[in-house]
Amino acid sequence: MAKTAKQEAKGLTLIEAIRQGIYEEMTADETVFVIGEDVGAYGGAFKLTEGFIDEFGAERMIDTPISEAAIVGAACGAALLGMKPVAEFQFIDFISNGFDMLTNYAAKSRYRGCGAVQAVFRGPCGSGVRGGPFHSLNAESFFLNTAGLKMVEPSTAYDAKGLIKAAIRDPDPVLFFEHKKLYRLPRLREELPEEDYIVEIGKARISREGKDLSIITFGAQVLNALDAAEILEKEDGLQIEIIDLRTLAPMDKAAILNTVKKTNRALVLHEASLTGGIGGEISAIIAEEAFEWLDAPVIRVASIDAPVPFVPQMEDYFLPQVSEIVEAARRLANY
Amino acid sequence: MSAKTNLKISTEPLSCTSETSLTKEQFLEMYRFVKMTRMFDEITVRLKRQAKLTGGVFTSLGQEATAVGTAFALEAQDFIAPLIRDIGAVFVKGILPRTIFAQYLGKANAPSRATDVQFHFADLEKGFVGPISHLGDMIPVMTGVLLAARMKKENRVAVAYIGEGASSTGAFHEGVNFAAVQKLPLITIIENNGYAYSTPTHNQCAAAHFVDKAIGYGILGLTVDGNDIVACYETMKKAVEHARSGNGSVLIEAMTYRRKGHAEHDNQSYVPEGEIDFWATTNDPLDRYERFLREENIAPGDELNQVVGEVEKYLERELAIAEDAPLPEAVAAAYDVFDNRIVPPAFKKRILVK
Repeated sequence: MAKTAKQEAKGLTLIEAIRQGIYEEMTADETVFVIGEDVGAYGGAFKLTEGFIDEFGAERMIDTPISEAAIVGAACGAALLGMKPVAEFQFIDFISNGFDMLTNYAAKSRYRGCGAVQAVFRGPCGSGVRGGPFHSLNAESFFLNTAGLKMVEPSTAYDAKGLIKAAIRDPDPVLFFEHKKLYRLPRLREELPEEDYIVEIGKARISREGKDLSIITFGAQVLNALDAAEILEKEDGLQIEIIDLRTLAPMDKAAILNTVKKTNRALVLHEASLTGGIGGEISAIIAEEAFEWLDAPVIRVASIDAPVPFVPQMEDYFLPQVSEIVEAARRLANY
Repeated sequence: MSAKTNLKISTEPLSCTSETSLTKEQFLEMYRFVKMTRMFDEITVRLKRQAKLTGGVFTSLGQEATAVGTAFALEAQDFIAPLIRDIGAVFVKGILPRTIFAQYLGKANAPSRATDVQFHFADLEKGFVGPISHLGDMIPVMTGVLLAARMKKENRVAVAYIGEGASSTGAFHEGVNFAAVQKLPLITIIENNGYAYSTPTHNQCAAAHFVDKAIGYGILGLTVDGNDIVACYETMKKAVEHARSGNGSVLIEAMTYRRKGHAEHDNQSYVPEGEIDFWATTNDPLDRYERFLREENIAPGDELNQVVGEVEKYLERELAIAEDAPLPEAVAAAYDVFDNRIVPPAFKKRILVK
């Protein structure tokens, strides 16, 4: 036990990886700045930018009033003048207050010839922490139908750092979702390369190789998929392949199609509610472009169509559980 | 009659304030811009009736002085985000009529690549930040422009023009408040023209005056007769000095009147009988300025007619240039959603083609 803890303490957690990524970009490029509520003097609600104000000053660590529309709008305006804002939503749930600015200003500015918006809009997302209906959102499907916004959600510390750095350097607006349950999860501690690196936006990753069935997922559900895959290997002898999308828009269609062509069975897993979720889009891509490779229908496993409840047993009911993923995969494998 | 009506009960023909530091050259230059605004609008209305352009035509009739007079007090490095009725401010910032005609006509060489309408485009070099249709949204955007300018140590003032209707939006509040807290040199101009589409001012806000909101934000509030172009210039000069010297944001309420409908299709059935005529005959900003220029002996002779003749020819030339340009290819719709060096254009999907 002590040995494990010692090993784990060596690497970086996911939140430390993001913090390091932003810190390095701010150090290397003085046009990068942070804007949001309580990000400066307080260091952010999750302490992601703690101490940054001492290094970069209040001018580059801008504390705002409780005004998400102003945060997004101001980030856009600053980007027009060549600055690279990293805007924080204290919780991704509050992105709804910046929705208009994101979908109408940030997403369309380049297309309208009004200037590229090189900006990152980031914040903690996700359920499973007993946060209730207003601190548990997975927002990707709200934005999936808006052209002009990239969306990223890492599930490892390595990817988190590489993707936040890539997002800051990306010439278009990037929504960067950070699953808060993963922030300090010891299991995700990882030693990261000393040298500067990025993870390319738009590219999925094979999280686990397999030949019998593919689970296509992202974020915290990658961990559930990995746990389910272990059980399925042990108990059923199934070799599960797991695709961690990492980027949700634009989606890595090639990675999705490649895994389906390899295993011929696809289980799409996500944490947002089922109906209208990103899983529908992934399923449609597979149905349209890999129909002849399928040996079974595409299956979606996701949260129920309800707001996220607060009490543990109710939230657990709401969320996809490892046992449900195992059960769904078994049925799919035996179809 | 509402307490917040713009109507001035005056049957005397009005002039402009004579307390000004403007020179004769500046007076005539301003006249050129304000006249150009009205003549440009006449051309776009004509083009609309000839079915030569698609999309709405929004005119400034009756409120041209506000945009021209205020923008005239800015420096080249300053930024504006205009409203649809501020074409005069766009001209003052150096945008050529041919560019706006190209936008209206949906030409391939229009700055928005014919993706967006009218002056929904930008020329950041000239300090022109293109607006979007969502009213009030440009206030937070201009706040960001100023945050960037501050970080880059650039001495810039930014102006967000809005109608009184946009002051009811959340974006207005968030933007003005944030800029105020940051003591940014943002000047928000509320052009109170009596109507937001068909909604009269008393259905928009219960405060006696829109400028009263300035107190709530802890910023300087100024009121100006928006149809007095000289007063607009002088008031704006005061606002710019205040903002540029580090005293923070300013809110200006310019009292004016919208004599045309929201857009050309709007028959203004909601306007009380006689109201438009009253403003047209007693309080037209162009008439007032012309009267002022004659009375003050600034343009006693043929100067104004000369300007009008020049502008007329100029605009027809500019229109011809715009009309000569080709229309875009349909496939242009697929480009520039993202940087196409990284993400390919959004071409139409070919169904069941391998």
